[in-house]
Amino acid sequence: MSTTASNTNASGGGAGRSRGPAPAGERLADWADGRLGIYSLAKSNMRKIFPDHWSFMLGEVCLYSFIIIILTGVYLTLFFHPSMNEVVYHGSYVPLQGQMMSEAFNSTLHISFEVRGGLLIRQIHHWAALIFLAGMFVHMMRVFFTGAFRKPREVNWLFGFLLFVLGMFTGFTGYSLPDDLLSGTGVRFMEGAILSVPIVGTYLSFFLFGGQFPGHDFVARFYSIHILLLPGIMLGLLVAHLILVFYHKHTQFAGPGKTNNNVVGMPLLPVYMAKAGGFFFLVFGVIAAIAAIAQINPIWAIGPYRPDQVSTGAQPDWYMGFSEGLIRVMPGWEINFWGHTLVLGVFIPLIIFPLVLVAIAVYPFIEAWVTGDRREHHILDRPRNAPTRTAFGAAWISWYFVLLIGGGNDLWATHFHLSINAITWFVRVAFFVVPVITFVVTKRICLGLQRRDKDKVLHGRESGIIKRLPHGEFIEVHEPLSQEQLYTLTAHEQYEPVELGPTVDENGVERKVKGSQKLRAKLSNAYYGEDNQIQKPTVEEYREITSGHGHH
Amino acid sequence: MSSQDIPEENLPAEQAAEHGHGAVSLADEKHPFADPGLPPHEHRIQDVDERAAKRSERTVALLFTISMLATIGFIASYVAIPHDKSIFVFPLGHINALNFALGITLGVALFAIGAGAVHWARTLMSDAEVADERHPIEASPEVRAKVHSDFKQGAKESAIGRRKLIRNTMFGALTLVPLSGVMLLRDLGPLPHNSLRHTLWAKGKRLVNMNTNLPLRPEDVAVGSLTFAKPDGLEETNEDFQEQIAKAALMIVRLQPENIKDKRELDWSHQGIVAYSKICTHVGCPISLYEQQTHHVLCPCHQSTFDLSDGARVIFGPAGHALPQLRIGVDSEGYLQALGDFEEPVGPAFWERG
Repeated sequence: MSTTASNTNASGGGAGRSRGPAPAGERLADWADGRLGIYSLAKSNMRKIFPDHWSFMLGEVCLYSFIIIILTGVYLTLFFHPSMNEVVYHGSYVPLQGQMMSEAFNSTLHISFEVRGGLLIRQIHHWAALIFLAGMFVHMMRVFFTGAFRKPREVNWLFGFLLFVLGMFTGFTGYSLPDDLLSGTGVRFMEGAILSVPIVGTYLSFFLFGGQFPGHDFVARFYSIHILLLPGIMLGLLVAHLILVFYHKHTQFAGPGKTNNNVVGMPLLPVYMAKAGGFFFLVFGVIAAIAAIAQINPIWAIGPYRPDQVSTGAQPDWYMGFSEGLIRVMPGWEINFWGHTLVLGVFIPLIIFPLVLVAIAVYPFIEAWVTGDRREHHILDRPRNAPTRTAFGAAWISWYFVLLIGGGNDLWATHFHLSINAITWFVRVAFFVVPVITFVVTKRICLGLQRRDKDKVLHGRESGIIKRLPHGEFIEVHEPLSQEQLYTLTAHEQYEPVELGPTVDENGVERKVKGSQKLRAKLSNAYYGEDNQIQKPTVEEYREITSGHGHH
Repeated sequence: MSSQDIPEENLPAEQAAEHGHGAVSLADEKHPFADPGLPPHEHRIQDVDERAAKRSERTVALLFTISMLATIGFIASYVAIPHDKSIFVFPLGHINALNFALGITLGVALFAIGAGAVHWARTLMSDAEVADERHPIEASPEVRAKVHSDFKQGAKESAIGRRKLIRNTMFGALTLVPLSGVMLLRDLGPLPHNSLRHTLWAKGKRLVNMNTNLPLRPEDVAVGSLTFAKPDGLEETNEDFQEQIAKAALMIVRLQPENIKDKRELDWSHQGIVAYSKICTHVGCPISLYEQQTHHVLCPCHQSTFDLSDGARVIFGPAGHALPQLRIGVDSEGYLQALGDFEEPVGPAFWERG
């Protein structure tokens, strides 16, 4: 160690070091750099710039809740017994004493009633899972509506999407573990859905459950999926997701001094280290407080699973609600032929379930194909400036929420005194109609907002001051925008719709136009055609209005 | 941290000079929408007033101190509060005291650290915005050409393109080897065979009341009641109780025979007592809601509704077919008994059901 220190002193020792050996921290860093090359890594990252916007913290919520889930989950594994052996309960919760239940349920009761702080950790774990999924949903929408998924970030969009889907299944396998009546009913639903798969359904079900439902295996199998397989994949994806965020550098909204070639913000060390690090504690603290005051999944009130018992108002956790909606509103179609049954009433929802998700996952690639844009995009779009994309996203959300209503149709019926029949029919119709209406309305709103921006740029801000002119006319005084505002409102790019070009070439020979080309031209027109975006104000328009006789 | 640590470039004098460079291009007649460049840094009170900075410092320190106290509170609660003590907290009602105390103290301990760090960052650390250059993700054409030629060189040296026999057998071997992994999944479970077609019900099996565990007589079943039954001999303590009850669960109601619309239902009933599978034909939830007046039963999971007076056909909801009926009669001692197994599989439909 002394040689290292003296070497450093000899080679790089500045005036400050001649007085003695380098501080311990510095020597440790030198030691690590000689083996890990940390200085080259730190050179580009320690003072890395992060732009500031409230919506950029949504992803952080997801990251932190995931860490909280892992921490609390490891604690829970110390006490949980992933076994379906039936035992008689002798614990401290009196109403269930003497009942038969699986060891999984028994150990969850033990965690909740006998382990001090066990209930708190269980509740933090469950609440953090709900917040994790909700956070990912909103984070994904942020990325979607601002166009942050565009090149070079398409792969990271897919990583994020996979995290969302895997998060759903990790959540599902997790809340099934206590083997309580509610989650067991959910597992039964899943088994019924698997049975509906043509040809292989029964085999899949028997392989998953180790025989007939419920068998003695699924808790142990879900356990290994829940604590090892899925979180392992998710951890890998999460690390890749973050590495890409660092590598691509963060996106930013347009504004003075902010271009596609720079990133404006504050450095990681110290500001973001403190803000983001602090934010972890804020998220953890809030979730801990929620777990202290808001009960979640009280399995002792629900009871152990029995395939012949059920409680009313059975609902999955919210993120599974849209699949529940699909299955509830689907008509019970069944086709029998040659001794076989095609269970369309269950199988079609099972197919639509991934399609709902895939619809949003593939969108970046569709948009890239329509625009044909190969450039990198680091400046975020304001949602209004991409009306068709925004309308599509809003339509997708409305679709999702229609299905959520369907998933809770019994609760809607009991809470709002509605007929469950009427709600089911509403959802059946709305499934097709509401996304279309949402699309049209959202697009109109975006175009309206674009017009307003244009007016603001050309005529200035409405000041609210009414002025009376000498001849009696009243006018409202418009204040011209500042240079910063003018730039911000006109910084976005606008695409021209793709032209198909002439269908005959210069020799009069008919040129073959591929169907995909025609489709692309049509879509491009739907995105960027005359009525589908408002042309941003041009310099000429601006000059004509401002240089003339002043504005009214 | 005191204001002495604030970098000099944040001080007003430095900032004014800095701003001149920041502008990308100044707006003029020709470019009215030009980018004016980064706006000048606006100073916070802490940047210019040492007393305000001191106040911020004390606030941050106070938050960190609160966190320490809360952690001590957590430990004290853990030791002092019995795990089964319940307290009344408005507006939450009666809740577990230990869970409440631990959660609140932990929450405060964590939140205060976060609030302290964020307050420190926002008030005392430099809030000057800095611009960093971005570089294209794509490699330069030279690098691209180098990588391509390296790859070609490597591929050529391996001779994978020329020695097709090696290539093809390697692909063959790599394709086949995962099959071993697939084979190993075979013993995840037995094959279904026809186990989904059969239940524990058989000719002569008595219907046992699920609640009292006693065999049922016709007179035990009153009009308007819903009784759940299981086959005689199936006990909760049996190894395979869960699998068996998942198929054999039965619900029994008594109708007026003249109210039974379906002829076969009437034939399979006994004095108006009908027995139907309790397992919904949609995805297998146990049906448990009975409406006496209409003889409808409703599955609480997905609201499939069946008419028990008409062969249990589906009248609402996503179920695809009627509930299977069990043929019942009375044995020599006057107990209700099954006259055979269900004639069709119970529960959700599947491919082989037919």
